[in-house]
Amino acid sequence: MNPFSSGTRLRDMIRAIRACKTAAEERAVVRKECATIRAAVSENDQDYRHRNLAKLMFIHMLGYPTHFGQMECLKSIASAGFPEKRIGYLGLMLLLDERQEVLMLVTNSLKQDLNHTNQYIVGLALCALGNICSAEMARDLAPEVERLLQFRDPNIRKKAALCSIRIIKKVPDLAENFISPAAALLKEKHHGVLITGVQLCTDLCKVSTEALDYFRKRCTEGLVKVLKDVVNSPYSPEYDMSGITDPFLHIRFLRLLRILGQGDADASDCMNDILAQVATKTEPNKNAGNAILYECVETIMSIEDNSGLRVLAINILGRFLSNRDNNIRYVALNMLMKAIAVDAQAVQRHRATILECVKDSDASIRKRALELIFLLVNESNVKPLTKELIDYLEVSDQEFKEDLTAKICSIVEKFSPEKQWYIDQMLKVLSEAGNFVKDEVWHALIVVISNAPDLHGYTVRALYRAVQTSGEQESLVRVAVWCIGEYGEMLVNNVGMLNIEEPITVTESDAVDVLEIAMKRHTSDITTRAMSLIALLKLSSRFPSCSQRVKEIIVQHKGGLVLELQQRSIEFNSIIERHQNIRPALVERMPVLDEATYSGKRAGSLPPTVSTSTGSSLNLPNGVAKPPAAPLVDLLDLTSDDAPAPSSSDGDFLQDLLGVDLAPIPSLSGTSQAPPSGTDVLLDLLSIGTPPPVQTNPSTPIISSPSQNSQTSVAPLERLSSLSSPLSTQVSSPAGASPIVDLLDGLSPSLSMPDNKAQESNFSDNNGLVYPSIVAFQSGSLKMMFSFSKPPGNPQTTIIQATFTNMSSNVYTDFIFQAAVPKFVQLHLDPASSNSLPASGNGSVTQKFRVTNSQHGQKPLAMRIRIAYKVNGQDVLEQGQINKFPAGL
Amino acid sequence: MIRAVIVMNTQGKPRLAKFYDFQPAEKQQELIRSVFGVLSSRAENVSDFVEADSIFGPDTRLVYKHFATLYFVFVFDSSENELAMLDLIQVFVETLDKCFKNVCELDVVFNFNKMHTILDEIIFGGQVLETSSTEVIKAVEEITKLERASNTISLVPKSVSGWQAR
Repeated sequence: MNPFSSGTRLRDMIRAIRACKTAAEERAVVRKECATIRAAVSENDQDYRHRNLAKLMFIHMLGYPTHFGQMECLKSIASAGFPEKRIGYLGLMLLLDERQEVLMLVTNSLKQDLNHTNQYIVGLALCALGNICSAEMARDLAPEVERLLQFRDPNIRKKAALCSIRIIKKVPDLAENFISPAAALLKEKHHGVLITGVQLCTDLCKVSTEALDYFRKRCTEGLVKVLKDVVNSPYSPEYDMSGITDPFLHIRFLRLLRILGQGDADASDCMNDILAQVATKTEPNKNAGNAILYECVETIMSIEDNSGLRVLAINILGRFLSNRDNNIRYVALNMLMKAIAVDAQAVQRHRATILECVKDSDASIRKRALELIFLLVNESNVKPLTKELIDYLEVSDQEFKEDLTAKICSIVEKFSPEKQWYIDQMLKVLSEAGNFVKDEVWHALIVVISNAPDLHGYTVRALYRAVQTSGEQESLVRVAVWCIGEYGEMLVNNVGMLNIEEPITVTESDAVDVLEIAMKRHTSDITTRAMSLIALLKLSSRFPSCSQRVKEIIVQHKGGLVLELQQRSIEFNSIIERHQNIRPALVERMPVLDEATYSGKRAGSLPPTVSTSTGSSLNLPNGVAKPPAAPLVDLLDLTSDDAPAPSSSDGDFLQDLLGVDLAPIPSLSGTSQAPPSGTDVLLDLLSIGTPPPVQTNPSTPIISSPSQNSQTSVAPLERLSSLSSPLSTQVSSPAGASPIVDLLDGLSPSLSMPDNKAQESNFSDNNGLVYPSIVAFQSGSLKMMFSFSKPPGNPQTTIIQATFTNMSSNVYTDFIFQAAVPKFVQLHLDPASSNSLPASGNGSVTQKFRVTNSQHGQKPLAMRIRIAYKVNGQDVLEQGQINKFPAGL
Repeated sequence: MIRAVIVMNTQGKPRLAKFYDFQPAEKQQELIRSVFGVLSSRAENVSDFVEADSIFGPDTRLVYKHFATLYFVFVFDSSENELAMLDLIQVFVETLDKCFKNVCELDVVFNFNKMHTILDEIIFGGQVLETSSTEVIKAVEEITKLERASNTISLVPKSVSGWQAR
């Protein structure tokens, strides 16, 4: 005998596994056991097969692979003894699946066992078949199972019934064979058989319309009668569930009746009485009783119309809602959700109770109830419901607020009867849970405000008050900041007072205070700050008395760490200081935002007519009347929306006035028609969207990445060219770019980079085989030239010689050049000629490398580079990307 | 249809796992883990139903009951009544209780074979087979008797005792 096969007992193995303190220990034990079992398997050890299979099942449950035991199951099934067969079938169900070829081998054993004289072995085989039966097995074994439906022992009959379900699900064609035996099962007296029989009929109806017709015509009345007997049957202890007789049987019957009654008036009619009886007579105290009622309600809702019964059913659900058991409330809400489609009016009657469930202690119930309320809202009840929900918002859990806020906002948006009410409710939500409000919601609010000229004053004053008390709610602050920027003077002068308002006294400096606080509050994010800066700029022209103060606040950010804010600060400061003449026009109140366009955009489709919509035209000081800035919706788009705006939109530059996103926005098109004198300012403003040039001051940054930078600044041009190429050429022409320098206060123009590069590109020869050398990289002081050559007969490979020149007055030491290429390119770097680079261009370092482009002719070369060196002992790192390789490499 | 029956302890160790639609072993472990993730993060005073769409696919929900150190979890689809499933867990647990005389986690661990036998008498291929615990116990006892009676196999190791082999 194999010395390993003795092994341990199952019990000992479980103990050993349980004793493991770590997962690694457990793995070790399992590995050892598996090794033993494998050895036993290969020895074909029969004595311990039983025990090994049991162990394997345990190991399988823990999640370890046990495929080597599959054949053992089959062998075990084929043996004669009951225990072996039992463990074999158990293993078959757990370790194998219907997809495996091995399963083919078991069909014969199953067939024999289904005909076995021992009914328990028949039971085992049925059980296994019911769990793993495949379509082929179903075809092979259906006659046996069909025969077993009439077996003398009820235990076998019920198993055969459920096994038939599996068979007809696998092969629906076989359904017709089972119809009459199934109908016979409905006359059973044994509860267990009756349950399975009803279940079989239900599943037959699902897979075969023929069966459905049969049962509808021949069995509905019988079923109703049997159910009536069950309902009125005397107490029977073994099928009792907490005082209710056989709730499972009730439920199965109701389910079958539902299928029969659906879409058939006669059958529905036939079952009305019994449904009413179940609905009224069942004890609703216990879970079992409620399970029956619940099923009964679902059946009533599904069968053909009987309004009396439906009201009864919905009232049962209403009662469920006030049940103490969470589970009951939960299912009731689920069912009411379905019931809304059938009879919304009846559900409306329970609105108050449902509203109570929104305040439930169980989060899952709250969520359902809220969804249900959401479905119940209509024009007539929106006001009281919103009030209730907003009141609850104050006391609700933090984690529920997000859901609740989203739902309230969407209710208010959808059903608001008038604008003032809408604005009021939104302000309430924003002050209560502004941090949970999604961006598009407050964007929409701004659109609505902008469209309600008679409410501007009212709104800005209400926002001013709200911000005093709820200044911690980010989106409230944003809306307030925007409104104060736009309608600041209405706040100060109490313009457009409504009757309901109490007058307030706000000075100009109070208004600026709000903005200053929003700027300085440490929780404010970049969007809020950027919006505040714009609002400040606007106020600077509207409140002349505060102009100086505004300027000071703006200037504070000149040295800010956030580029976006720094740039705005510098630019706005320059507008205030040097461009008084155009300032009032620049900071004019925004034209009314087009609601239709905005909602269209929210829905995901930009209306094609953006550029033709009418609105007040924006007059620029240079006399260029801009066409109405139609896609002003974009003004609100503070989120990153770098999708190219339609190229026809001339007013797009305003987008960038607010455009916070740092992604380059290819909206330069606006400049193309305007004369250069007026354009430069706009162009400057435009560049808010593009990342500010890093090499503003070439001497200071130790780590600079000019090449990369020029790369990104090229991007908008490239994108533009994909929109309409003439525009891009205009914008990049030096004439348009140069005046920017003036406005940016010494910022070097990012747009001019590509031109320089193009000019410096050295076209050595136009001969097809000789490639022009390029200036691959240039920073403040470092220049890298690439020259190319190709070895004969190998078009994929290019030999590149890089020449580095140092223009600065310091020697670069420890000079290292590194390069990275895309996957389809291979790169081989030779050592550099030297690792120190003399100063002032007195000499150079050269380095050769070889690239092999495996997709030569399909994809162009591209390369990322990194250059590290030391200046006066300080490390400097420069990096960039080279895309401008000559074509054909 | 009942999709799965899982018994696990409060540490997430599976004690009984039966999937009525086939799942590969790795997937089973993943499902058990995600079910445990859901259950362990649920508060005490909440309903016993969980939408399981994200774990078991569309139209599935699970109902669980927490007894001492064990979670009993039934996963099922819309063709079953949630409240009835809750009662079925009750039937299952009552039956175990009667079979093991005050069932505890250890009984479940060491008798997982018997657990399967009991479960197979209650749920058959994902359908409810029997709801009377008396009937179930009767059937299980018959099977046990039959196992004992057939002496083709002895559960006691023949040569070396488990101790020495380790």
